[in-house]
This record gives sequence, C-alpha cells and structure tokens, in this order.
Amino acid sequence: MKRRSLVATMVVLGILCALPPFLPRFYVYVASIVLLTGLLATSLNLAIGYGGIYQFHHTVFYGVGAYGTALMLTRAGAPAPVAMIVGPLAAAALSLVMGVVCVRLSKLYFGMLQISLGSLVWVTVYRWYSFTGGDDGIHGVPLPDLIASAKGSYYYTLAVTALCLFAMRRIAGSPFGKTLQGIRDNPMRSEAIGVDVKRHKLAALVIAGFFGGVAGSLYVVVDNSAFPDMMFWTYSLEVLIMCLLGGMYTFWGPFVGSSTLVLLRVFVSVYTQYWSLILGTILSLVIIFLPDGLLGFFVRRFRTRGVCGA
Amino acid sequence: MEFLSHLFSSGTLSQLLVGLSRTTILFIVSSGLSLILGILRIPNVAHGSLYMVGAFLAYTVIHLFGGGVPAFVAALVIAPLGVAALGFVLERAFFSYLYEREHLMLLLLTFSFTLIIGDLVKIVWGTEYRSVTLPGSLQGSAEILGLPLPYYNLFLLLVGPVIAVFLWLVINRTRMGKIARAAAVDREMVSAVGINVGWVFAFTFVLGCFLAGLGGALIAPMTNISLGMDHSLIIEAFLIVIMGGLGNVWGALLGSLVFGITQSLGILVWPKFGIVFPYLAVVVVLVFRPRGLLSSTW
Repeated sequence: MKRRSLVATMVVLGILCALPPFLPRFYVYVASIVLLTGLLATSLNLAIGYGGIYQFHHTVFYGVGAYGTALMLTRAGAPAPVAMIVGPLAAAALSLVMGVVCVRLSKLYFGMLQISLGSLVWVTVYRWYSFTGGDDGIHGVPLPDLIASAKGSYYYTLAVTALCLFAMRRIAGSPFGKTLQGIRDNPMRSEAIGVDVKRHKLAALVIAGFFGGVAGSLYVVVDNSAFPDMMFWTYSLEVLIMCLLGGMYTFWGPFVGSSTLVLLRVFVSVYTQYWSLILGTILSLVIIFLPDGLLGFFVRRFRTRGVCGA
Repeated sequence: MEFLSHLFSSGTLSQLLVGLSRTTILFIVSSGLSLILGILRIPNVAHGSLYMVGAFLAYTVIHLFGGGVPAFVAALVIAPLGVAALGFVLERAFFSYLYEREHLMLLLLTFSFTLIIGDLVKIVWGTEYRSVTLPGSLQGSAEILGLPLPYYNLFLLLVGPVIAVFLWLVINRTRMGKIARAAAVDREMVSAVGINVGWVFAFTFVLGCFLAGLGGALIAPMTNISLGMDHSLIIEAFLIVIMGGLGNVWGALLGSLVFGITQSLGILVWPKFGIVFPYLAVVVVLVFRPRGLLSSTW
C-alpha cells in the first residue's frame, strides 16, 4: 500500500512536471490556479473535514496571505523569499487571533462569528485605499525573474503545493491529526479522556490559516495581483463547495473537487455567462443526492475498507 | 468637547432617525431569517436573494400599474406575496425533505439557491440598475422636534414596531405559533401527538419568506435595485439574528437597533471606516454573551 501510493505520487508529479511545454500559455496559468486552489481547499478541509470546525470564512486567510506577500513586495520592497513567508505568517497570526475569539462557541455560532470577523477584515481592506488599494486591489507585483514567467510560476506553485500537501498529509496522519478526528467525532468523550479540545482546535485553525495563506501568496506569484474579492464571503462558501463536491472526509477529495470546479468554470465561461446557475444546480444536486461528495461516493462504491483517514 | 457637541447636534439626530428607518428594513428581513433559523433550523442564505426578488418584483408591479399611490400599495402587497409563493415552492420541493440534514449541508444548499436565483434574476431583469420613485404625495418631509424627516422614513419607523407586534402575536397567541414553538423544541414529540408538523413548518417558512419580500419591497424606493444587493444584506441579517438570539423576534429587533445605531453613529464619527462599527459590536456581544443578547430557542 505504502509503496503503491509512493509510485502513484511520483507518476502524478512526473506528469505535472512534464505538462507545461505541451500547453499553451493560458492553460499553464490555469494549471497553476488549479494547483493553488487545490491547496486552499485542502487547507480548509484540515479544519472542517478533520477537525469538524465550522470554518465558514476561510478565504480571509487566503486573502491576507496574498495581501501580505503583495504589500511586502510593493510597499516594503522586501526580497521575494521574505515576502513569501510573511504572507502566510500574517494569515496564521490572524487565524490565531480570530481563533481565540471564536473557539469556545458552538458550531453555527462559531461559523457566523467567523464570517463577522472576516467581513471586518474584508471591509478594512476594501476601504483602506491608501494602503491596500481599496477595491482595485494591487496589480503588477514585481517578482524575481525566476518565477515571473508563466512556466516559472507554474513550477514554483507545483513545488510549494506538493510540499504543503505532503506536510498536511503528515499532519493529518500524525497523532495530532488523529486526535483532531476524535474531537470531530465526539468532543465530549475526547475532553473526558484528557484531550485539551480548545487547544487542539486552535492549533488546527492556525495550521489551516497558514496553508490558506500559502495558497494566497502563490496566487500573487501566478497572477501578480491581490484584490478584495479573494476574501469576500461568497468565495469562502465556494471553497466549501469544492470540499463538499470532492468529499470532506477524505484527504484528496477537496483537491479533486476544486480542480473539477476550476476547470469546469474555465470551460463553461467560454459558452455562457451564467456560471452561477450551473454551479448552483450542480451543488444542489450533489447535496441532495451525494452527501459524501464525488470521491466519497466512488470510494464507497468501489472499496469496502475504510479509507483516507475517515 | 467639540466632538460631543458635534455628536449631539440636530443634524446628528435626523441622521440617526434616517438610519433607524433603514434599520426597520433590516429588522423585517432578519426577523424572517430568525424564524426560519430558530424554528426550522435552516441557516437560509437564500433569504437575501428572496429580499432581492422582492425588490425587483416591487419595481415591476409599480411599473405595470403606472406609478402613483395605488401602484405603490399594490407593490407592497403583491411583491411579498410573490416571494412567499416562491418560498412555498422551495419548501415543498426541497426543504421539507431535508430538515434532518446537517447545518453545513443546509447552508450550502441554500447558498446554491442563492447562486441559481441570482442568475435567474439576471435573466429576467437584466444587469442594469433599477430605481423606483416615490409617488408625489408621499414625497416631502415632516417636522419632528424641528427636524425634517422624510414621510417615507417616518412610515418605515411606524411599520417596524407594527411588524414586531404582529409577529409576537402570531408566535405567542395563535395555535400555529404555539405548535411552531413546540416543534422547535421537539419535532418528533409534536408529530407524535397527531399534529401535522410539515404544514406548520411550511407556514413558518412561507411567513419568513414573506417578510424577506416585504423588506425588499420597502427598500425599493430608497436604493438602487441591483444584482448583488442580496450579498451584503444577508451577512448583516445573519449577524443581527446571531447577536439578538436565534429564533427570538425581540432579539432580532434589539439586534437591528444595535446594528443600525452603531452604523449611523460610526459613520458620523469616522466616515471612512464607520461601517466597521456594527461588526465590532457583534464581536463584543458574542464575546460576552455567546448565545446572543436575548434567550434563543436553541
């Protein structure tokens, strides 16, 4: 099993490395977006799928990661490696602050307070023209030559995404990850056997926020920009949809879901402007008929053993 | 001191009154949301879309009837009823089968309806801004304590309490309301004593949708009716409901008052970032009272 998954990972990575020369420039860009959105959805899944925490406003961390990186590059003129790490750290710090305020609330209240705090961040970014560029956002972020081209940013995104996914896989499989799943399934029982539920949840939130921030900094590399819509609450729900579509109780489900939606959006947008109508229809059908998501559905169909840490 | 005198000048007061009349609309919409959330346990994101549909319907009705006071009154009746009918269809076709689902699933399902309704509105009404002008006899202002207050805002200030009392009567003094409250606590027990809970739930949902449509029809003369007006409103409505206490009508009223007052005062004090204050108020309330200001049905 171990060896097989190693081989599968190598094959997938090899294919992804070999892709760019065969693709037109635009599709290299799309492939980068697919990768970083997959990272974003997987990081959300760490909180909501593994931790059972109602993280309703995850893209705040994505946005803060992007703005952190973009502002460091444009305003502070910091070297790129510093900017790449400052964004995610800012996201993790924000996640810690919001987590401390929210973590003691029960499910729906947690989610709503998080949306409220996230909207607060969004409004600030949206209104603070002199610093964040307001609703125009920040465009034309200067990047080092190595990652400035479409191919360069693709390989950078691929490397960082692979590294982060590996790290998150390790975290999900670690004793900490298992404890988190225990908390998701039965918080009272976990508390009773001596697990510090709040501290574990807080740690999960900070980790999820950090990797969300990494996805945001990757977006700056790929698109050279950051803008407030990245952290509007509707996008958070769209990322939740990606997790749900792929299957929340699996590790790879959110990645599958986000890739499906991003690609579908690119291809559908060519034909129609009514993307929301299509997304809404797909989503409502999935919720009504496939509550475990696409991957969850197929996994249950074709395998009888428990899988993917569920 | 200069700041204080600025705060209590007459301009401030009239600003506050105008702010409060907008709060009325927030209250009407969020009380409907609160009913649906408190009794049916559906975090209905599509509530904002229903509000938007209400506003667009009001626009259409007013134009069909050619303006004037009768057209305006007709819009205030027909638009909410249309939205209520839409709500009835949604409830019977989807929600009545899904009450037992997790909140997360229901949230995402209603979000999918938001996406669908948003695009349907785009197809039916197009992407341009629409606006409704008040009939001539309703324009103009009244003098209150020497301050000018537009008639329409005065009307809204009166509508708010009327709706609050009406809802209180429905929930606390009618058989339907009593069953709904009982079902909120224990659904199975209520159906076990032979009451058709399904229809009570349908009634509650339709009432909530009616209120969303009424809010939309009432805001029509005060704003540009546009796509996306649902996105900002629904977050505010959710915050009000959470701040006031889920399922509590008076909580929704109190929440909207806090929200409206902090917003209009905030904008006076700090025009650029005043919009931040209501969010801060919600955070402060939830930090000290995690279950909202008043008791909730949950």
